Amino acid sequence: MANSNAVPGATVARGGAGAFDRRDFDWYVDKAVQALVFLCGISAIVFVLGIFIFVFKEGVGFILHHMNVREFFLTPYWFPSDADAPEYGILALMAGTASVTGLAMLVAVPFSLGAAIYIAEFASGKTRETLKVLVELLAAIPSVVWGFIGLVIMNPLIIKWFDVPVGLCVLNAGIILGLMAAPIMTSIAEDALKAVPDRYREAAEAMGATRWQVTYKVVLPAAKNGLLGGVLLGVGRGFGETMAVLMATGHAVNIPDSVFDSVRALTATIAAELGETVVGGEHYQALFTIGILLFVVTFTVNLTADLIVRGIRKG
Amino acid sequence: MTTANAAMFQASSLNHRNARVQSLYRILFGVMTLMLIAPVMMILGTLIYKGGGVISWEFLFTAPTDGMRTGGVLPALLGTVWLVTVALLLSVPIGVFAAIYLSEYAGDNWFTRIINLAIINLAGVPSIVHALFGLGAFVIFFKFGTSILAASLTLAVMTMPVVIVATRESLQSVPPAFREACWNMGATRWQTIRKVVLPNSITGILTGVILEVSRTAGETAPIMFTGAVFFTPFLPQSVFDQTMALSLHLFVAATQVPGIAEEVPFGIALVLIGLVLLMNSASIAFRMWLRGKKKW
Repeated sequence: MANSNAVPGATVARGGAGAFDRRDFDWYVDKAVQALVFLCGISAIVFVLGIFIFVFKEGVGFILHHMNVREFFLTPYWFPSDADAPEYGILALMAGTASVTGLAMLVAVPFSLGAAIYIAEFASGKTRETLKVLVELLAAIPSVVWGFIGLVIMNPLIIKWFDVPVGLCVLNAGIILGLMAAPIMTSIAEDALKAVPDRYREAAEAMGATRWQVTYKVVLPAAKNGLLGGVLLGVGRGFGETMAVLMATGHAVNIPDSVFDSVRALTATIAAELGETVVGGEHYQALFTIGILLFVVTFTVNLTADLIVRGIRKG
Repeated sequence: MTTANAAMFQASSLNHRNARVQSLYRILFGVMTLMLIAPVMMILGTLIYKGGGVISWEFLFTAPTDGMRTGGVLPALLGTVWLVTVALLLSVPIGVFAAIYLSEYAGDNWFTRIINLAIINLAGVPSIVHALFGLGAFVIFFKFGTSILAASLTLAVMTMPVVIVATRESLQSVPPAFREACWNMGATRWQTIRKVVLPNSITGILTGVILEVSRTAGETAPIMFTGAVFFTPFLPQSVFDQTMALSLHLFVAATQVPGIAEEVPFGIALVLIGLVLLMNSASIAFRMWLRGKKKW
């Protein structure tokens, strides 16, 4: 029935001025669906705003009443459960997150770019398909499993190889996080390389360039922004990773001197402590304040990545 | 043919050097790719070696015993099924409609760009911040308490970008000519979408949904404070109950249970990885089958 009015004959039969007036049942259905679809379309914006509003709402009390900006950012003393004088300094936590993420990127960036170049430019046919599927499957391993691997496999290995008392440290978490971020960065980088039109490659090859010369002189410069965006998204991922760093860093509040020191990350602190806090209490609000910080930083990183990838592509 | 011409087609020393450089880089990048994949394969092998022995029907279908030190994973497995199902019921319709908006209605303007940016951010915000959001919004503000409903809503918000992105790609791969032909017949936009665009992209959408199942099943941080608990002797009866979940169960078994039999956490990790990789493989196989089937 819905379709009967849509055939041209039906419209013509009405005749006269109303011939093109299509405000029948289907027209209203169409408009209703359009409104519904629009609402769902903007839901992503609503959710992102919602995340900010609700995290801010729970954490704002700390910012207004308890936070000493200098102490919060510049002291390494995080003793939230001290009954007399709780201290909220996140310097050590930031150092923990930065050291682990930095090491992870040191591991992941060269290898994922290399792998992406190999998959996109050198491999062909079955090899390429197999590698792509493998990378995709590796990207799917849940973070809690990575944390478990850091805890039970990497930990004894590091103790054995480097002769250190504890294997839960910056090195462990950095490697785990690197292995975890690498497949994601590989797929994004490979997409960026694929986005370079084939005619660029063909033109260079027609000039007698080898595959490597084409890649190095033509494809990489053309894909530069996409690759940079991919690396940034990888940084964002590493920065926000929770379960793996909670389990593999050793979870000790500490500014690291070497890669064998245990540290604690911002994300892991929330995950480990939120369960013990009183809703609305100072400690609870302090953890939400860290959440606000995490949100703002990842938002900035994602925005920058997006601007780099899109903005320059248009210009 | 003169000698000069023949020399032109002979490889010069420069060509030889270029070819050598080329094969060197080829090997370098090949090795890098291998070094990315090989350690993970070795790790997975170790997991299977250490945990494979414990996997049995009994392990899957009995509850933990002796303070979680022995026994199976049934409540956690069922809890994950509950969480994923409810999350999907919430996120798939919204996600698919959002993708329809982006692919079929939205123009190429700043507003669409903001929506895209929001989707990227939804996927990029740390999972622990999603957990804070779930706690603040669903548990406290909407008063759902720590329940499957609150946890699933949190998961739904977090993993919706997976469905949106997959569906949008699938919709955009339907040639515009299909739509134009339908509009020319006098069909409305919605009729065109429902009768022409969706039937031609439904398999691609399903691929995205399967992918989301796998993502949702593996998440831990977002459910820690919103509905999943370390241990409960009860199986969930409704969406307002708390539940155990496989991912959190692995965390608990690995870090919070002293004296646990060594192979039990390995077994839990294997079940979780098995579930996730099975879903992903299904999604990939589905996509390949689809690519082979496509008529245009």
